[in-house]
Amino acid sequence: MMSMIRVSTKINGDAVAFLCETDETLLDVLRDRLGLTGSKEGCGTGDCGACSVTLDGRVVCSCLVLGAEAEGRAIGTVEGIASGDTLHPLQAKFLEFAALQCGVCTPGFLVAAKALLERNPDPTESEIRFGLAGNLCRCTGYDKIVRAVQAAAVEMRKG
Amino acid sequence: MRYEAPTTISAAVKLLAGKAGLARVLAGGTDLLVQMRTDRIAPDLIVDVKRIPSLGAITAKAGAFRIGAAVPGAALGENKALRRAWPGVVEAANLIGSTQIQSRATLAGNLCNASPAADSVPALVASGATAVVAGPKGRRTVPVEAIAVGPGKTSLKKGELVEAILLPKRQPRSGDAYLRFIPRSEMDIAVVGAGVNLTLDRKGVCIAARVALGAVAERVILVPEAAAALIGTPVDAAALDRLAEAASAACRPIDDKRGTREFRVKVAGVLARRAVAIALQRARGK
Repeated sequence: MMSMIRVSTKINGDAVAFLCETDETLLDVLRDRLGLTGSKEGCGTGDCGACSVTLDGRVVCSCLVLGAEAEGRAIGTVEGIASGDTLHPLQAKFLEFAALQCGVCTPGFLVAAKALLERNPDPTESEIRFGLAGNLCRCTGYDKIVRAVQAAAVEMRKG
Repeated sequence: MRYEAPTTISAAVKLLAGKAGLARVLAGGTDLLVQMRTDRIAPDLIVDVKRIPSLGAITAKAGAFRIGAAVPGAALGENKALRRAWPGVVEAANLIGSTQIQSRATLAGNLCNASPAADSVPALVASGATAVVAGPKGRRTVPVEAIAVGPGKTSLKKGELVEAILLPKRQPRSGDAYLRFIPRSEMDIAVVGAGVNLTLDRKGVCIAARVALGAVAERVILVPEAAAALIGTPVDAAALDRLAEAASAACRPIDDKRGTREFRVKVAGVLARRAVAIALQRARGK
């Protein structure tokens, strides 16, 4: 307990304060202290993207961010993607296209794909594949994920 | 472990210089946190430098650029003026890791992590970049190639940190490029990397060049012999042959699972030649 520090931050638009150890990752804070278990730990070394969240609008691996670094920053997690009971178009298309099997990578893909489409609303297939190269999926073979992101992009451009 | 996030360079230096035990600078954390999580290091103090305003900025002055030590790769790619002046440096930095890594990873971090295979470093060395080092005795500016001395080892003294990377003013008819070999299309560590920067005169004769190689020695190396093969020539086929030969001759690589010694020596020449071709196009304004 000697090194616990207090951090004030904003998560999915809500002000949140927490105590954490100095060497605790943002991922562990989200999952173990705040009960936001959507973000997953796959590799723990920034390779798989299952822990993707946004930090001040940029998508990051929360396993490579210290909880302490979140002070005063805005964090977005998969829990903040849907509006109430209405799924985000990406979530709806992931279901429609069966873009998931075991589901461990899905929250990270959704967060990263949302960030990608916010910067580039009409990406080519190649841009999607490069943009999501930091998210690994061992089930789908990626094709269905890419199709779902393309379909969501079309939907989102309609507004 | 103690975590501090000072808001001035002098406070950061004081923290780094004052503490006994292992102190580490945290910029993007994409190397530091991996090393901590895999139990390779256990710092007693972490100094997060992202709250120091000047470290988060890219500033241009009289054609030269100052890139703060906490600027992530994504911000380099979003800076049009920087991309136009130093496309090779920006492309090299943007090759590192995924979108997620680009949101955090910094040039200064890539430099100070001192990996021989660091992608941005050959491009920086070729560009003639310098690093502003702040420390207990004040500031000093050193060529970037003087920072790494071996794998994971730097010439920085206790209490010192790299505060910014400086890129010089672009001369007319200049171009730079960086290429690496990896066995996949992305998300991998360079087996060989080659950075080139050159300047032509009005007639198209090369009047200045720098060539740097990554992953072929214990640190990124500047290869003056390769540059000398270009200077004074129209960068024709004969000059390119001599450049490739000089680049290969400068290699002293390890032999490992990612590439054999023989392969690395050969590919260094090939990549240097191809990087020159891109830099040449850019210098000619194409």
